[in-house]
Amino acid sequence: MDTSKRAKQEYDQMVKKASPNSPIFMDCIKAFFSGGLICGFGQLLLDYFNESYTEDEAALLVSITLIAIAAVLTGFGLYEKIGKHCGAGTIIPITGFANSVVSPAIEFKKEGLIFGTGAKMFILAGPVIVYGTLTSMLVGLIYYFVGR
Amino acid sequence: MLPFAKAFVVGGILCVIGQILIDKTKLTSGRILVLYVCVGCILGGIGIYQPIEEFGGAGATIPLTGFGFRLAEGVMKEVDSAGILGIFTGGLKAAAGGVTAAVVFAFIVALFANPKEK
Repeated sequence: MDTSKRAKQEYDQMVKKASPNSPIFMDCIKAFFSGGLICGFGQLLLDYFNESYTEDEAALLVSITLIAIAAVLTGFGLYEKIGKHCGAGTIIPITGFANSVVSPAIEFKKEGLIFGTGAKMFILAGPVIVYGTLTSMLVGLIYYFVGR
Repeated sequence: MLPFAKAFVVGGILCVIGQILIDKTKLTSGRILVLYVCVGCILGGIGIYQPIEEFGGAGATIPLTGFGFRLAEGVMKEVDSAGILGIFTGGLKAAAGGVTAAVVFAFIVALFANPKEK
């Protein structure tokens, strides 16, 4: 444990030394364009679905479509490949959420469909849903007593 | 401004904020997703996210803050129609479609895909 910790620190320092001076700026540019592109594509989908569905239905259809695309890309190992260059641009959009569900679902398949795929698919989505639900209850509670 | 451009800019900015958090803090991507959902939910609850969504469209709803925003809108709508019990149902009801889609597609893909060797 201790040695692995030290090894990690050394590795971090090595990475720091090897990285160019301002990687953050480049990271941000990449995140901006990749994330922007996903959202722009989502907007095109939204405009398309809005023609024949209600606003809520269209929004849901966009989410479902993007999640399906991200799931398939993850299945072929392509989402990680693209994501390596995009950083937060492929983490923050809902496609990143989908990837965080699909990726462990595949990864832990060898532990079985129940406790591997079934359990581990929530390894990241679980916390998101737990804290999202808790926050939404808080919002609902405050809204009930003071918001209306 | 085109809806596409607006979505591009708003979504891009939300991702840049996430990138800065990743680079400048020790937060892992999982923690950032949690943070984004909670922040989006709170901003939705106090009415700040609504104008962002109106301007940015999909640029505001596709990043995970939009997921939190949807939870907030769902719970408030449900409290309006069902009263106090709405706080138990509104949030997850609003999230149901996205979560179900993620579970279903993850399961199907996992059936066919195999982990790549490292």
